[in-house]
Amino acid sequence: MVRFKKMSAILVITLILGLLLTGCGGGEKTSTTETKEPYKIGVILDISGGGSSLGIPERDTVNMIAEEINKAGGINGHQIELLVEDNKSDETESKLLVKKLVDRGVLAIVGSSTSGTSMAMTDAVNIAEIPMVSAAANAKIVTPVSERKWVFKTAQSDSLVVEKIITYLKSKGWTKVAFASVNSKYGDGGRAVFEKAAAEAGITILGQEKFGEKDVDMTPQITNIKRLNPQAVICWAIPPAASIFTKNYSELNVTSPLIHSHGIGNQKFIELAGDTANGVVFPIGKLLVAENLPDTDPQKSVLVDYATKFEAKYGARNTFGGHAWDALKIVLAAIEKAGPDRTKIRDEIEKTQNFTGISGIFNMSSDDHNGLALDSMVMVQIDQGKWVLAQ
Amino acid sequence: MKDLVKRKRLRHSLIILFTALIFTLPFLFNNNYFLSVSVIIGIYTIVVIGLCLLMGYAGQISLGHAAFYGLGAYTSGILTSTYDISPWIAILIGAVGTGILAYMIGIPIFRLKEHYLALATLGLGLIIHVVLMEEVEITGGPSGLSKTIPYLSIGSLKLNTDFKYYFLVWAVALLAVILANNVVHSRIGRALRSIHGSEFAAQSLGVDTGKFKLQVFALSAAYASVAGSLYAHYITFISPSPFDLMTSIQFVVMAVVGGLSSIWGPFLGVAGITVLAQGLKAVVPTVMPNAGGEYEIVVYGIILVIVMIFLPEGLTSGLINIYEGWRYRKEKADETS
Amino acid sequence: MDLASQLLQFIFSGLTMGGIYALVALGFVIIHNVTGIINFAQGEFVMLGAMFMVTLTGAGVPLLLAIVLSIILVMIVVGIIEFGAIRPAKKASPVTLVIITIGLSSSIRGIALLVWGTDPYKLAPFTKGSSIQIGGASIIPQSLWVIGTTVVILTLTFFIFEYTYWGKALRACVVNKFAARLMGISPQKMSLFAFVFSAALGALAGIVIAPITYATYDMGLMLGLKGFIAAVLGGLSSTPGAVIGGLALGIIESLGAGLVSSGYKDGIAFIILLLVLFLKPGGIFGTSGSKRV
Repeated sequence: MVRFKKMSAILVITLILGLLLTGCGGGEKTSTTETKEPYKIGVILDISGGGSSLGIPERDTVNMIAEEINKAGGINGHQIELLVEDNKSDETESKLLVKKLVDRGVLAIVGSSTSGTSMAMTDAVNIAEIPMVSAAANAKIVTPVSERKWVFKTAQSDSLVVEKIITYLKSKGWTKVAFASVNSKYGDGGRAVFEKAAAEAGITILGQEKFGEKDVDMTPQITNIKRLNPQAVICWAIPPAASIFTKNYSELNVTSPLIHSHGIGNQKFIELAGDTANGVVFPIGKLLVAENLPDTDPQKSVLVDYATKFEAKYGARNTFGGHAWDALKIVLAAIEKAGPDRTKIRDEIEKTQNFTGISGIFNMSSDDHNGLALDSMVMVQIDQGKWVLAQ
Repeated sequence: MKDLVKRKRLRHSLIILFTALIFTLPFLFNNNYFLSVSVIIGIYTIVVIGLCLLMGYAGQISLGHAAFYGLGAYTSGILTSTYDISPWIAILIGAVGTGILAYMIGIPIFRLKEHYLALATLGLGLIIHVVLMEEVEITGGPSGLSKTIPYLSIGSLKLNTDFKYYFLVWAVALLAVILANNVVHSRIGRALRSIHGSEFAAQSLGVDTGKFKLQVFALSAAYASVAGSLYAHYITFISPSPFDLMTSIQFVVMAVVGGLSSIWGPFLGVAGITVLAQGLKAVVPTVMPNAGGEYEIVVYGIILVIVMIFLPEGLTSGLINIYEGWRYRKEKADETS
Repeated sequence: MDLASQLLQFIFSGLTMGGIYALVALGFVIIHNVTGIINFAQGEFVMLGAMFMVTLTGAGVPLLLAIVLSIILVMIVVGIIEFGAIRPAKKASPVTLVIITIGLSSSIRGIALLVWGTDPYKLAPFTKGSSIQIGGASIIPQSLWVIGTTVVILTLTFFIFEYTYWGKALRACVVNKFAARLMGISPQKMSLFAFVFSAALGALAGIVIAPITYATYDMGLMLGLKGFIAAVLGGLSSTPGAVIGGLALGIIESLGAGLVSSGYKDGIAFIILLLVLFLKPGGIFGTSGSKRV
């Protein structure tokens, strides 16, 4: 029995040592300007953990793009090699992965999916002097620009989304609203921006409620909101919390119109909330209503092309995949112009003008590392389980 | 008697050997990834050393230690970025403040026993986490501190690379080990171990168990706080996410896996778990391509269970068993020859 | 909406969540009483019940049959786990056993992630129908199912413990394991029975709440935690205590979120928990634990 114990002890320790050695063996040297060497691009996404509903379609999208481009001959004859890493939706892990990918000689990093994990990467990319394009929402990822020289992002900032919502509220003449947000970086970012913008626009927030990401019952919060009798209610969350909120909202027979954020831009929201999702209005990139756009819309062909290809291979389209599409395509366009030089790639990304992407038309500059304008979004309404343009 | 002296000498030489090894490794493996992982291991080790003192020697449990870790990080973060206080002083303030807080909260908490104590520490951790999330004015709420945290510097030397930070963290970790070692082998340590053996008996011998437990709790909180400060100055961006229940549990797991009754336990536990996690990341995709973090979680859980079944006393005991088994066989061989 | 209706609404949601916590807490208490283990994987039993339901109903299995099958499946899985992971570790210290259950919890969650993915799944409520209005407050039919199930389970458990051999044998193990052995009761069999019984309870909890909360691979974490809190609150040694603890926790959370601050609701629940513990260290119904000297 003692023998057995000792043998297993040896086994376990050897296993750990073995893993230690494999874990350490990550220091490949980069070869820079040899022709036809594949261009390595690092991708860090929330593939598992809390952000996986964003990370998975993003991963699928970038893989799809790489496959397509490589079949067509690559960039200037170089094949693209994506080094995809899963940060498990963890901030510390994201930072470690930046180091790992930089050691492996990637030219740029696409990622991450969510605001927290992206924020954790900014310092490391600044030190390593490698460009990073994030698919996350929080404006702090790219501001203050003086401290974010190497960081860009493709998802609309919360400030833009809030502006869109406020424009809509004003068009309906609603000035007394209630606000509910999820107690996460995403929700809190939206809340802070909305508070400020509402005050400036003369919209009164009658009351604010919060709920946790993993909460399964929001009836107390909605009860409080109902009592305030607002003209409209804005909810800033992502599924499943957003769906549960919407479900509870209907169960409690609240009659005020419900407006969501751009966090519900996927089929899952509708699937989970069922019939209670009908009537919900939210601002979102044009992807969800691509086919309904007028043919004169400059984005239409790009949107329909991506949507068709993605749906054929992976399932329902969603805007998160779209953000990743934009990020990788912008990086590739920059590499095509600048070649395998991190600094030059960064400069090219910053010079992006009139780039027709999924999230909108991008115009980056040294002041603006997001590059999107108000018209990159439309107000969409959910009608009988489908997305239609809101009136 | 000779055996005891031999053991002490062995322990001291192991410490010296370990120190030498730690300080030569970065020159051998000078890549960012290795240094980064080692910095994280060093920071966690500091927390777990404190936790080990509490759990292993004083026999108490804490399911909320990530809260103290977080308090240290936020104290350093807020004092240095908003109030421009010197980082080193901020670390000190954090450690002392957290220690005092732990002592005060410990007074009612340590009257509870076993599961209720565990639950109370869990509750404490959760309450602090909620405060970090809600007090948006001070902490920035879920989005984290809005200002970037400055780097630590020694005089004019700015600690802004992994290479330099590695040395700082491990120097602190080694100091932590030495301090813990002194505590264990002092009057306090002996009192602690008597409490662990039998609190009732200890009390009947005149040991002021209440005071000692509180002191260790405060010390372990201070350790966690220092580690948190080091973390803040490393990542330069903090939010409440890393300071939650899962992290507290992770610390406990690392302590137990390493082995609660030895000063090497914390390091082995932290290193073992971290290396396991990173190693799985490297190995699993080669065996099963396109696998995400899911497979890693499963394998991690299974390995944890297996290790605990076969080595319930932790990794250090496993290593000691091997060593003693080898020595025993050597002696036997010597006898028969 | 006047204050009375509001309060009533808070109590309704509190009772619903409380019923869920109570069911999870029961599982904790049973395993702990018989084996002394704090089963950190209890929440995963709940999750498995819900997930099996998703698969079975998705395949077209009728509701009642799916419920029974799901419970049986979870019982089998847990039985295997008890045999493979808990039994070999019997001699280990309580802390080690806790870590083992943590490892198990992680593994089960990981496997669920592999099988069912990250997406939440929707489950149809047992009975169709919109929310019922009582006194200005709404309650959905599924909530009534949750509360009803909790009451039925409590009664059933009471009967099992009072009037069946297995139940009485379980209680004997709690009172004095050695004496129970002398009477021919095998602690190993009891341990297996305790785990499997708790598995059934957990699975049932998952099945009945999934229409309200959706089924996700990681739903076990939060529910397990709340169940643990409820169990300790009620005094780990008492089954009615677990139920009262669960209901109390649910209502405190709901009132805290509604009346005080929704952001601080978890904090409030915990502060009250700590106050209870300081005043009555054994939990509401527990005996102040006597420690081995």
